[in-house]
Parts: sequence; C-alpha cells; structure tokens
Amino acid sequence: MSAAPAYSEDKGGSAGPGEPEYGHDPASGGIFSSDYKRHDDLKEMLDTNKDSLKLEAMKRIVAMIARGKNASDLFPAVVKNVACKNIEVKKLVYVYLVRYAEEQQDLALLSISTFQRGLKDPNQLIRASALRVLSSIRVPIIVPIMMLAIKEAASDMSPYVRKTAAHAIPKLYSFYLSLDSDQKDQLIEVIEKLLADKTTLVAGSVVMAFEEVCPERIDLIHKNYRKLCNLLIDVEEWGQVVIISMLTRYARTQFLSPTQNESLLEENPEKAFYGSEEDEAKGPGSEAAASSALPARKPYVMDPDHRLLLRNTKPLLQSRSAAVVMAVAQLYFHLAPKAEVGVIAKALVRLLRSHSEVQYVVLQNVATMSIKRRGMFEPYLKSFYIRSTDPTQIKILKLEVLTNLANETNIPTVLREFQTYIRSMDKDFVAATIQAIGRCATNIGRVRDTCLNGLVQLLSNRDELVVAESVVVIKKLLQMQPAQHGEIIKHLAKLTDNIQVPMARASILWLIGEYCEHVPRIAPDVLRKMAKSFTAEEDIVKLQVINLAAKLYLTNSKQTKLLTQYVLSLAKYDQNYDIRDRARFTRQLIVPSEQGGALSRHAKKLFLAPKPAPVLESSFKDRDHFQLGSLSHLLNAKATGYQELPDWPEEAPDPSVRNVEVPEWTKCSNREKRKEKEKPFYSDSEGESGPTESADSDPESESESDSKSSSESGSGESSSESDNKDQDEDGEKGRSSESEHSEEEGKKRKMKKRKKVPEGQEGGSSSDEGSDSSSSSSESEMTSETEEEQVEPASWRKKTPPSSKSAPAAKEISLLDLEDFTPPSVQPVSPPMAVSTSLAADLEGLTLTDSPLVPSLLSPVLGVGRQELLHRVAGEGLAVDYTFSRQPFSGDPHMVSVHIHFSNSSDTPIKGLHVGAPKLPAGISIQEFPEIESLAPGESATAVMGINFCDSTQAANFQLCTQTRQFYVSIQPPVGELMAPVFMSENEFKKEQGKLMGMNEITEKLTLPDTCRSDHVVVQKVTATANLGRVPCGTSDEYRFAGRTLTSGSLVLLTLDAQPAGAAQLTVNSEKMVIGTMLVKDVVQALTQ
Amino acid sequence: MLDNGFPLATESNILKELIKPPTILRTVVNTITGSTNVGDQLPTGQLSVVPWRRTGVKYTNNEAYFDVIEEIDAIIDKSGSTITAEIQGVIDACVKLTGMPDLTLSFMNPRLLDDVSFHPCVRFKRWESERILSFIPPDGNFRLLSYHVSAQNLVAIPVYVKHNISFRDSSSLGRFEITVGPKQTMGKTIEGVTVSSQMPRGVLNMSLTPSQGTHTFDPVTKMLSWDVGKINPQKLPSLKGTMSLQAGASKPDENPTINLQFKIQQLAISGLKVNRLDMYGEKYKPFKGIKYMTKAGKFQVRT
Repeated sequence: MSAAPAYSEDKGGSAGPGEPEYGHDPASGGIFSSDYKRHDDLKEMLDTNKDSLKLEAMKRIVAMIARGKNASDLFPAVVKNVACKNIEVKKLVYVYLVRYAEEQQDLALLSISTFQRGLKDPNQLIRASALRVLSSIRVPIIVPIMMLAIKEAASDMSPYVRKTAAHAIPKLYSFYLSLDSDQKDQLIEVIEKLLADKTTLVAGSVVMAFEEVCPERIDLIHKNYRKLCNLLIDVEEWGQVVIISMLTRYARTQFLSPTQNESLLEENPEKAFYGSEEDEAKGPGSEAAASSALPARKPYVMDPDHRLLLRNTKPLLQSRSAAVVMAVAQLYFHLAPKAEVGVIAKALVRLLRSHSEVQYVVLQNVATMSIKRRGMFEPYLKSFYIRSTDPTQIKILKLEVLTNLANETNIPTVLREFQTYIRSMDKDFVAATIQAIGRCATNIGRVRDTCLNGLVQLLSNRDELVVAESVVVIKKLLQMQPAQHGEIIKHLAKLTDNIQVPMARASILWLIGEYCEHVPRIAPDVLRKMAKSFTAEEDIVKLQVINLAAKLYLTNSKQTKLLTQYVLSLAKYDQNYDIRDRARFTRQLIVPSEQGGALSRHAKKLFLAPKPAPVLESSFKDRDHFQLGSLSHLLNAKATGYQELPDWPEEAPDPSVRNVEVPEWTKCSNREKRKEKEKPFYSDSEGESGPTESADSDPESESESDSKSSSESGSGESSSESDNKDQDEDGEKGRSSESEHSEEEGKKRKMKKRKKVPEGQEGGSSSDEGSDSSSSSSESEMTSETEEEQVEPASWRKKTPPSSKSAPAAKEISLLDLEDFTPPSVQPVSPPMAVSTSLAADLEGLTLTDSPLVPSLLSPVLGVGRQELLHRVAGEGLAVDYTFSRQPFSGDPHMVSVHIHFSNSSDTPIKGLHVGAPKLPAGISIQEFPEIESLAPGESATAVMGINFCDSTQAANFQLCTQTRQFYVSIQPPVGELMAPVFMSENEFKKEQGKLMGMNEITEKLTLPDTCRSDHVVVQKVTATANLGRVPCGTSDEYRFAGRTLTSGSLVLLTLDAQPAGAAQLTVNSEKMVIGTMLVKDVVQALTQ
Repeated sequence: MLDNGFPLATESNILKELIKPPTILRTVVNTITGSTNVGDQLPTGQLSVVPWRRTGVKYTNNEAYFDVIEEIDAIIDKSGSTITAEIQGVIDACVKLTGMPDLTLSFMNPRLLDDVSFHPCVRFKRWESERILSFIPPDGNFRLLSYHVSAQNLVAIPVYVKHNISFRDSSSLGRFEITVGPKQTMGKTIEGVTVSSQMPRGVLNMSLTPSQGTHTFDPVTKMLSWDVGKINPQKLPSLKGTMSLQAGASKPDENPTINLQFKIQQLAISGLKVNRLDMYGEKYKPFKGIKYMTKAGKFQVRT
C-alpha cells in the first residue's frame, strides 16, 4: 500500500487550504470534514482498479450521505463497482444503491443483473446479501423480479437465506402498497410456506413479516401454533418479542378467557379433569371430597394449547433481554388465569434495576397492572421506594405504583415513606407526593383523618408550592365529609392572607363558600378581605370570589349584600370577559328582578346544591384497554399501526385446527393420549349439539370422528357459551360424580319450570336454550346417563337403583354418602351441612337454580339471614332486605352475589327501581341489577346484584332510586361472605397450610359450650358464619374448612381442634391477615354463643 | 445491526466480529497491510446451533475466569435502620478456551439465587432440575447470569454512617459531621469508599476537615464529595466542619441524602459460593479462576 501515501504526497503538496476537495489525503482522518462541490477526485478514485482507492472513495461517499449531503451525481461511477470483487467495497456500494436507486431508476437497473447473479452464488452469505439489497431498492419496475427472488429464496437450502427472504417480504409490501391483491396473495403464500419452516432462525423473521403483511390471516397460524410455542425458547431475542406478541393476539381469538371461572383448580387442568380417577386411587375418603368438589367448579377447562403457550413462555421471564421479559409479562397479564399472573411480578421488579429508560417503560406497565392486580406487586412494595437520585419521571411513576399498592395493612409504612418524600428537594415530586397522600386518604378510610392532619400540618410549610398543593388536596378530602372539619376550614381561611398561589387561593375560597354554614362568622370577613384585593387577584381567584359572594348572599344576605354588590360591580368592569360574564350571570340569578324572577327563585338550588365529592383516581386507570407494553399504552393514545387486542371469544373456536397430521415434536405423544382421554368430553358436547341424534347415537364412535374432523362441533354449534358450559358440566359429571348427577336430575326436573332468572344472569346469551329447555335438557340427561354407564362401569353404582332419582334429594345424598363415599372410620355421620353446601354449589354450576325462588332448598346454606337495607318507614312504603346467597355471581366470579328483596307496602305502585350513582371506595365495584319497572302495592320482587368487595369489609354505598325518590343505602358484608368454598383433600389442605405458617396463621383458644359439641352443630355454625367448604379429616375431633377469597383468590384455611372436654383451638391460615383475624373473631363468636 | 428497522443482531460478540474494535496493534497492522477493522465475512456463528460462539477458536493458554460481583442497593433511614436492601449480583465471565467446550458451573448454595436471568447459552432445563449452570460459553467476555436477592434478612449491610447535619435558624452557619464505619464485613476491609451528597440550595460553602482522604465541594452544583479510601476500623474516618448558609434565607427544610460507594474484595455479601467448574467436550485442561467482589450499588443514607 505504498501507493496511497505517495499519492497523497504528490497532491498534498499542491493542495492549499483553500481547495480542500481535490487531492485531499484519502487515508487521513480529515475526509469527513470537508465539503465537496464537485466529485471529480472521487470519480477518479472509483475508476481506478485499486481496491483501496475505491474503498476510500466509497467511504467518503457514504460519509457524505450520512451527513445529509447529496451524492447522487456520482451514481454512474458508483454503480459500476457493484460487480467489484472486494466485499467491503461491494457493501458500501450496496449502501449507496439503497439510498439513491429510487432517484435514478434507469441507471439502477444496470445493477440488477449483478444481484440476480448474486442470488445464484454458491455462498449463502452472498445470496442473502444480494437479496437484502435487491429488496431494499425502491424501483417499481423490479417488483416482479423481487417477487421471484423472494419465492426462490424462500425455498433456499440455507436457513439464513430464508430468513433474509422473510425480511424482504415486508419491504416489498410496504414500499409498494399499491400491490394488487394478486401480488399480495403471492406474498401471503410465501409467508405461509415460511411459517412452516422448522428452524429457529427463520421463525422470528417470518412472524414479523406476517405481522406486517397479513396480521388478519390468523388462520395461517393454526397449523404452526404448537411448533412456534415449542421453538420459542430457542429463537433469537428480537424474534421472541415478535412471536410472543403475535401469539398473545392469537390466543385472545382462539381460547376462552381463563378468568371467567372460579379459579379453583385451574392450575392443573388435567388433574381437575380426571380428578375422580386419581382420587379413587388415593382412597374413598378423598374421593368423596373430590366428587363433591368437582361439580362446584365452573366448567372452564383451559385448552391444552393455551396451557402450552403459558408453559413455554414462562422460562423466558428469565431472559436477559428486557424486551422479552416485558413481552412475556404482557402475555401473562392478558392471557393467564389470575392465580398465575403473579409470576411476572418478580421479573418485572428485576427489570427496575436497568437503565432509566427501561425503568420508565416497565414502571408505566407496572402502574397499569397494579391497578388491576394489586396483590401481585404487594410483596415487592419496597422495591418501589424512591431514591433521591432517581429522575423525576421515575419518581412520579414509582409514587403512582406505591399509591396503587397501598392498602389497609401496608398504609402505615407507605405513609411513613411519603413523609420522607415530602422533604425532598424536588418540588414537582413533593407536589406529586401530596397528591398521592390525598389519594391514599380517599381510598383507605381508616387513615383519612391521619392524612388530613398531616396535610394540615404541611400548611405551615415554608414552601408555598407545598402549601398550595396541600390546600388543593385538602379541599378534595374535605368535600367527602365537610361537617366534621369546620376547624380546618377556619385554618384555611386564615391562610388567605399568606398564600399567593392562585390555585390554592381559589380552592380556599370555594371551600369557604361551599361550607359557609360551617363557618358563618368567618366567611363574610374573608369576602371583605377579598373584595379589597379583588382587582389584584388572578382570574381564577376572581371567579371564586364572585362565587363566594353569591353563595354568601344567598345564605347570609343581611351581612353581605353590600359586599356582594361591590364585588359584582368591580367584576362588571374587569378586563377579562369571562369574569364580566360571570358577574352578569350571577347578578341576574341572585338579585331578584322582574325578568329573571323565575330563575332567582331557584338560585339557592343552583349554587348550593350538594356536590358529589371528587374521585381521586389513578391516571393509569383507563390505560389497560391498550395492550401492555405497546407504544400506545406508553403514550396513552392510539399510535399508528396499533392493533387492538381482541376480546376473548364467547365460545372457543374449534381447537382441532391446530392438529397437525404428522406430529413431529416430542410432546405430541402425550397430547395424543390426552386427546383420547378427552373423548368423553367431546362426545358429550357433540351429542348435545346435534339435537336429534343425541339420544340414540353411540358417543364412543362419535368422539372418534370428532377428534379427527371436529369442525362440526365448532361451526355447527349454534348454541351459545352458557350452553357450552352446561355441556361441559354434564360431561364432567358423567365421569366424576354419579351420585350428584342422579340427584341433580331429580332436582332439574323440579326446577325447570322455575327457571327464569339464570338466563338473565348469564348475560342473556342463551336465549334459545331457555325456550326449549325441557326438550334439550332432558336429552342432555339421557346422553350423560348413557355416557356414565359406558365410560365408568363403577361397580358400586349399581347399588343405587335408578328409581331413587325421584326420592328427595338431600336424604338420598346422605344415604349415598353413608354407603359409598365415606369410609367407616372417618366421620361416622356425614354432616348434612357439608353435603347440602356441595349440593347447592352443584346446582349453581348447572345454572338451573334460582335461589330466591327455591328458598326451601337453599335456606340452610344462607349464612346470613335477611338483613334490612331500607326500612319501610324510611323507604316510604318500600322495604328492602338483602341476603348473601353464596352463589357465584354469574357476571363476574369476584363478585359476591347479593339478593335484594323488595316489597311494596305502600298503596301506590313503585316504579323504576334501579341502582343509581354508587359511591364506592376504590376497588369495590357493583354489578347493578336490571331495573324493576314496577312493583304493585303489596307485591314483592327479588333481584340479584353482584358486589366486588375487593376482599375488604368496607361497605358498598349506593343509591336505590325509584322514579320519585332516592335512598342512600349501604351493604356491609360479614367477612365470611367474602369467600367461596374450595374443595380439597386432606393432603392438599395440609400442604397449603404448611405454606401459610407464621405471620399468616392466627390461632385462638376457646371453650365450646355444651350445646355446641356435636359435629353437626359445629359444622353448621362454622359454615353459617363463613362460606367455606368442609375438608375431610382423619381424626374425629378436628374440623377443617377451606375457602378462597373472592377477589384475590387467596386461600383461607380454617382448622378447629376440639377436645372432648370442650376446650378447642381455632386456627385460620390465610395470606390476608386482616380477613383471617376478622374471621377468627366471627367464628369464635358464633361457636361460643 | 438492523434490516429495514427490524433488529437483527445485538449480541456484542457478533457485532465485534463484524467490526473489530480498534486496538493499537490492529491499527499498526492495518496501516501496514492496508486492511481494515471491518470483518471480511458474516460471523459464521449466525448459522450454527450456537449462534453466540464462533467456530474454530484457538488459544495457546486456555483459561476461564469468573467474577462474582454483587451490588448492594439499600436505603438506610435517619436512625440507621434499613428501609430496603437488596442485592443485585452478576457473574461476568472471561472464557478463552479452544474449540467447543461445554462447561458446568455448580454452586455451594444455589438456593440463594431465586430470581435469575441468564445469557441465552445457559441450558434452562438443567438449571430448573439440578440447579447447575450448564453452557457452551461465548468466546471472550460475557455476562453469564445476573441475579437478585431481595429477602431483606439475607442482606448484610457492611457499613454504617453516623451523621450530624444541622442548620440553625438564626445563624448563617450549619454544622456538618459524618463518620463512616464498618458493620458486617466478615473480616474483610472496605476499600474505595466515597461519600457524596447533594447539599440544599441554601448552602453557599463548606469548610470541612477530613480525618483521611480528600474532599471537594462544588458551590455551583452544591455537590459534596469525599474520597475516603480504605476504612481502618481502629481509626474511623470522619469529616467535620461548618457550612455557610445564605444570609437572611430561612433554613432549608430538607436534609441531604448521602450516597455511598465502596468495594469489598474477595467477598460476596449474599454468601454465594461457586462449588466447581467442569469442562466437557475438549481434551485439554483449562486454567480456572474465580473472583468475588461486593460493591455498593444505589446505597443511600437519608438524614
């Protein structure tokens, strides 16, 4: 390379500083700095046959492009070098071509033949790079060539070339959006072909192409779904991100929502499915438990493919790439059953250690998640504590998360943390902290006064911004309970002398005006002062002064008449037209005149109407409709190209579309086995969906045909989701619990006539099922009966004669239990309570019952008797009672279903009964009952509403509205109603109990009174107090009960160890310590009374 | 490396192979031979089953070094009690082995690692079942795994800070006193201690005398930093003196937080210990080494 220095020496001497472009040393570092007007030297260099000169020239040209200089006039000179042997020069020429080919299309065509040759090169790397550049050149004429090249490359031997082909597809698609549909179809064909590729290298790229070109063709994924799930872990990281987000969308369209069920045994669907078989091996005792447990479960069974996806993505939570972790987190959040979402918390908390940009994105998502699933992040509360070195945005997001996570138990620590934050130097952050304290105060009633006191103390802070922010928050808090806080309002009134921040001044004035009757002496004085300084105030303050004046005029016109007039006159000549308008408007309203008489009569109503307290909500509350982890979520606005995450389907599409004829992965054999096991399930649903053939066709043979070509069951089914559930239920019962089944049939017949409400509860989806229920459900009985006999030829069952179906249900069950289920050693007398609980649950599962209409059946399980919601005197003839029915609320499993009984004892009909304006503490939500149009005198009616108490015993306050009146009512649940029974075996119970020791265990000693020593009474009392399920137990003087809280699904385990002498020990194990403590108290009370 | 906006390769080993990082030797060689740092061909690893390792690696000295580095993130409150503390650990490796070695690394106490993220080379299944790290390492430096120990009682805080920072309302002087001392160090010395603190805006200047090390105060950014060095348990380092405050202004409400940096060699504060490293798949005997270190991460003391 002696040429280069020589060259530079020759020219370098003559080149003065004034002519930098020519003869500049190409090897020196200065090539990037000078500006070239003409490129003769470059052309010359490109024309030489020395690679090093060419290379230097190309470097300079690319540098020019990078700096935004136009280098297009060099095009012919550059294009010649496309055939250069030197790979480095070639690469740079490619870069140049990609940039300028669009402008000089004719010349660019010269280079195409080189690429075409490159596409046939034996070296896969050259083939790939030729394709990459060819597809990057935006010249419309070559579209057919590109199409051909992509098609060829898609079947290349080398996966690397196939990968490049996959990358080329979206380029072609996006550059030429004008592609006619035929060409698009061709591209989709290529994608389809590449999707079938089995190498990990290709998978990520082709899914990316799929997402770009045809995200709506979800049908292309079916056949590859399982393969993608299994390959996922080996795909490179960026591919994983794309695949995971695509699979999220796919799963949303193909599987049923896992959150619609009771979340009891979903952890292990297979086990639940065949629970009875497994339990049979364990022993008859556990079988009894299992068989009574199964019908209590709602019939949701996770699709095995859905499970496959969750199982295969879980390890990726430990990926080192934050993007992958985030993608898996959003997948779990959107797809996993509630009990399993928790696993992502740990990984997300780990990401918080990363760069502040990553932190920002993660915290945004955590903030959204923590609103919906608070329990998930609660253990990691301390990881969100704020450091003084965090940037302000991070601080504010962490604060948001901390506020969302605050609850009754951790609020003291959170508030203590907040206290240190208030003394931070970062004033924006301090302001946000004060807002956060305000939100905690509104959400958690217990600390409201503490917070308020703390905020009042802040009023004497030296920093004005802090004071101002406190005033604004105090104003909001006071609005919730103004009566008790006259003192604070007085204190605030004094502050008007000092505070200068307009927003705070305005807030104080508003408060004084609104609650002027609480501070009757101070209010006029404040107005006097404000009138004095009126002209110097900010606009927002002026408006509030007018407001205050008007309110005072209405309540205390004697003292303030002149002042008000003075203020209004001042405002009349204000510079701001808003204020002038307001003054004019106010004057007309409050000062009676001839024309405005009609309005001024109502002035008091207008100004002093009771105003609802503001709701302090998280700004992340409504963000969860955006897919987590997406740009749109981050911006809280729909970004271009954002695809809505589809809702869960009502009814699962046919799962068999994912079956592949030639199974090639290891799991397949398992799956096939499972399929076989599932046959009864399919055959059953099939039998029902074809209404004519169900009774006489052989379920066994049908199921076989089903598993192969089961499109029938998916498409042919006209029935709705609830229908489906019924079938599933029946199917399970057929295999698991015959005794229940037989009695249930007896019940079913009885209840068919009464069945009205369940359809409404089901969301009105099962319209036709209701109309011809008599025929279809009798058929279903038939099928499930035959089913039973064929699938499980259990010998003992022959003992129970079919005729016993007509016998009274409860009695029959205890009989069955005695003979068949309960081992003689354990529980000589089966407690009727436990049985009837399971019976009730059983019937609920069927969605055939309607408890208020069959009170005789269900009364034993109603834990709490009727409680009064509205007395008939207060309600002007309308009396309202409520009971906790202990049935799962059909709309939302987290809701406690409450039956409301209305009776009209007045002599006029009451019309339009409905729930209005619920004012609910955070987290609590209400599913209102449908409006009752009219209630005739003397008549009574019942409605069902659901309340999600969020695992707290806070009261749900709402209004009960009739056409004419509104009554404020509140329902406070006893702690025992916040849970639902869980059925588990003794071993399971012990295992779970072992996990909930220490802090989570609450023990209480008590003495059982004589009246309360028998099994029967104890069990009844416990189950009456709390909605728990009995767990079978080896020893006779121990009682075990298990349940799950409705909202968070945490286990509640209750053990009562009774000594013969009457001494007893009660133990409750629960994650929710508050609930545990309260439950112990309630149960002890119930037992000792 | 991107193609049409879609990220292709972000693995640093691959990028380094594409464009070799400049070294002095290479610059010299390049000027003589006229070659460049740009690799001639695409990394071959891209096409193999182990995309993170290139083929045909050769070394004369075969060696594998592992550094276990733990960082303590903690917030200590005014009274010296720990508000939150967690350990962020990483195992960085420098592996220079010939051929395609298959390594297994086992720990004495793998249960400590409850939240882990791995380099893609680690076989996840093996970790799940046996708690053993089994992997074909990339060539050169890489981060094998990072972990997180958050159980508070497991986190020993190796230093304490005694502080007395007070502003008086009347005078324009404030008192400032900091002492740093070792707490639970398992007999190791604490090195490289630096203390830094963002002083409130009202502080104009500080006149301080350290018992050891050097200190600086930047009156513009109000940043105080004190380079302590080693802590000698017999003679604890301290920094004492006065602050001059803005005359007339009221005393600042906030007290500064103290950020601490330190290093402890040959100690992993979580107690993590590597048990053994085995190599399969190659014949030679590599030289193995392991080093432990504990550092302060985001270590803050509130005053």
